[in-house]
Amino acid sequence: MNVVLRQMLARELTLANRRRSDLANPLFFFLIVVSLFPIGVTPDLQKLSEMAAGVLWVAALLAALLSLDLLFRHDFEDGSLEQMLLSSVPAQLLVLCKTLSHWLVTGLPLTLMSPVLSVMLALPVSAIPLLMLTLAIGTLTLSLLGGIGAALTVGLRKGGLLLTILIMPLFVPVIIFGTSAVQSFANGMPWTAQLALLGAFGAGAFAVSPWLTVAALRVTVGD
Amino acid sequence: MTFGRYNGRGFILGRYMQGIVQADKLYCERDDRVLFEQLSFAVESGEILHIKGPNGAGKTTLLRRIVGLSWVVDGTITWGADFSADGQQPDGQRFWYLAHRPAVTLQLTPLENLAFSVALHNADVDESLLWQALDTVGLRGYEDVPSGSLSAGQQRRVALSKLYLDLPDVRLWVLDEPFTALDVSAVAQLEKRIEAFADTGGSVIMTSHHGLNHTAVRELQIGVRP
Repeated sequence: MNVVLRQMLARELTLANRRRSDLANPLFFFLIVVSLFPIGVTPDLQKLSEMAAGVLWVAALLAALLSLDLLFRHDFEDGSLEQMLLSSVPAQLLVLCKTLSHWLVTGLPLTLMSPVLSVMLALPVSAIPLLMLTLAIGTLTLSLLGGIGAALTVGLRKGGLLLTILIMPLFVPVIIFGTSAVQSFANGMPWTAQLALLGAFGAGAFAVSPWLTVAALRVTVGD
Repeated sequence: MTFGRYNGRGFILGRYMQGIVQADKLYCERDDRVLFEQLSFAVESGEILHIKGPNGAGKTTLLRRIVGLSWVVDGTITWGADFSADGQQPDGQRFWYLAHRPAVTLQLTPLENLAFSVALHNADVDESLLWQALDTVGLRGYEDVPSGSLSAGQQRRVALSKLYLDLPDVRLWVLDEPFTALDVSAVAQLEKRIEAFADTGGSVIMTSHHGLNHTAVRELQIGVRP
């Protein structure tokens, strides 16, 4: 079983590497949105630092959302998805592998980029570790929850917009607690409760999303 | 016991013994058109069930229902105890399903594609056997080329290479138009391979417009209006 999962993860990362252009998209989007913000809104560092956490969070999530549509699309189109659903390995584990590798190639790079971009928005340096931690949890939650939406819309030719509409409501609490944790920390207020709620939300997504994703995939593929 | 059965839309002949899979009163409707109804058949070991019918008759849908991918077909499919724990959903380790979409990922090499098929079967196969299977289907020298740069026929060969692996657990092949895009010699080779598999007690359920001559072949005609 472990061998299969290792091979699945290796396959996903190999494919991500060979489809590099798909991955560059969200990273450039993140870079562009965050760097345009001070130019378009205000160069005032005081004001920028107030909204830094929110801007970084929203831009990172929209960037990650861009790539979600492709999570199952290639596998659906070439027929690999059917074979995964028929496999003797539980499809939930295979889907979890796919979701984790999606995070490794989108959420993780976004998280690693965020300290550099946070300088542009004058986020206090002391808040950077917490920003990275919350972004890591937040993007992982997005990959997990987004998998459900991606599974539901993979059969549609233009599923991107529908996917966004389906996933956004699920994502509102994550944004609220994520930004609020970073902002509270920067303002010297208590922040652990928000972080705990964010983590709880992520753990919940981790527990339910593989099952919901596989159920959605079976519906899409079975039609 | 041998008997024939007329089921409204098709006629099948069959001997009902220890079935690998048995279908009972399948019914499928698409866009207000009935594709097949009251369709019953059974497949036993060593048998080749050749599903025939015109385009749009529901052959692919029927195969997808058999392996448990499709929900648009009513009726029951019952699997033998060897093939399924609950009788409903077949164990993926016991069969190969060659689908209409052949599951050949274009960015992966033939070797990686084959290795992934085997991994999904939870099987442990030595890499030299994978090379050998690819060699058998005529892909020697192409093992490390991205599948996307191969021709349509070669891509089909990548998908077919798993049939040449001899995994002991696999006792059933479900093949959807396996001869598509193959050249004459590859068709003959695959025919021989299918017959050899049936001779060793394996079962095959396939759709094809290509005729097969073998004593184990049973034909199931669907989609023909009386």
